[in-house]
Amino acid sequence: MSEHVMSSKLYYTIWIVLLCLTVITAAVSFVDLGRFNTVVALVIATIKALLVVLFFMHVKYTSERLTKIVIVAAIFWLFLLLALSMADYGSRHLS
Amino acid sequence: MSDSPVAVEQHGPEHLHHFVDAEQQRDAAALGMWLFLATEIMFFGGMFLAYLVYRYWYYNEFAAGSRSLDIYLGTINTAVLICSSLTVALGVRAAQMGNRKLLVILLLLTIVFGFAFLGIKGVEWYQKYEEHHIPGRSFSADDLIRDYPQIHIDPRPEQIYFSLYFAMTGLHAVHMIIGVGIFVFLTYYAWKGRYTSKYYTPIEIGGLYWHFVDIVWIYLFPLLYLIDRKPLR
Repeated sequence: MSEHVMSSKLYYTIWIVLLCLTVITAAVSFVDLGRFNTVVALVIATIKALLVVLFFMHVKYTSERLTKIVIVAAIFWLFLLLALSMADYGSRHLS
Repeated sequence: MSDSPVAVEQHGPEHLHHFVDAEQQRDAAALGMWLFLATEIMFFGGMFLAYLVYRYWYYNEFAAGSRSLDIYLGTINTAVLICSSLTVALGVRAAQMGNRKLLVILLLLTIVFGFAFLGIKGVEWYQKYEEHHIPGRSFSADDLIRDYPQIHIDPRPEQIYFSLYFAMTGLHAVHMIIGVGIFVFLTYYAWKGRYTSKYYTPIEIGGLYWHFVDIVWIYLFPLLYLIDRKPLR
């Protein structure tokens, strides 16, 4: 996909950040933040996933637009599946 | 081959004759893998949806089930997978630079991390077996009801949490086993010297698969282990 060879230093930096985020998300779960515990856990998970996709999977450096369209479309399908289904289940008590 | 009437230009595996050039071939392979990963997102997506709906209906049971998982083993396993993703990324880099020996070492390390993850997962599953937390006839939520008197726990939806736990971690583990198989294959051919700085597409798209499986776990870990860990009042 990309012939761009990244420095190994960048990979090690991403790795350290991912490990730190893992420890942080586990530690924060013991702190009572009310409903925000779930929000924080999912935000951290999304940051980790983004780091893996952008750097380890080289998406940040790819020149191929089609790849990016496929990724965005896949996430959008997942969003449709989850959001529309939960719009149903989450509103049933209203009727 | 040589007495063929049509002059066929001979290329290495990095440029098969039905592609315009090596770059187009590489892009096509990577795009194919990304399309496959898009279907994988939908495959796991169904399970995440089931999880979401039942967690919405039976929050207490999900919270209690989540508490009963071993958060230390879960965190260690997350770290193991992140380390394996690092070795994969460094492996692709070694392949890009044509460093065969380093590539083989990094692929082997990835396999070791893969087995470590599966081993730890097996230990966790065995704990669940001993605690009678595997859904079915011998399932019992009595220990959870005793340990968390502050939470109202209904044993039937408690089984749904553990059903989803085993289905999701099980499907993820199947992907890990397939991933280890792919990497054994890649290691063999890397050792034989098939991959060069000009042709390393199998390493790259095998790596894409491995990173994807890592990302699935990055979401499974908070969703299954970290639902509700705060001190009970």
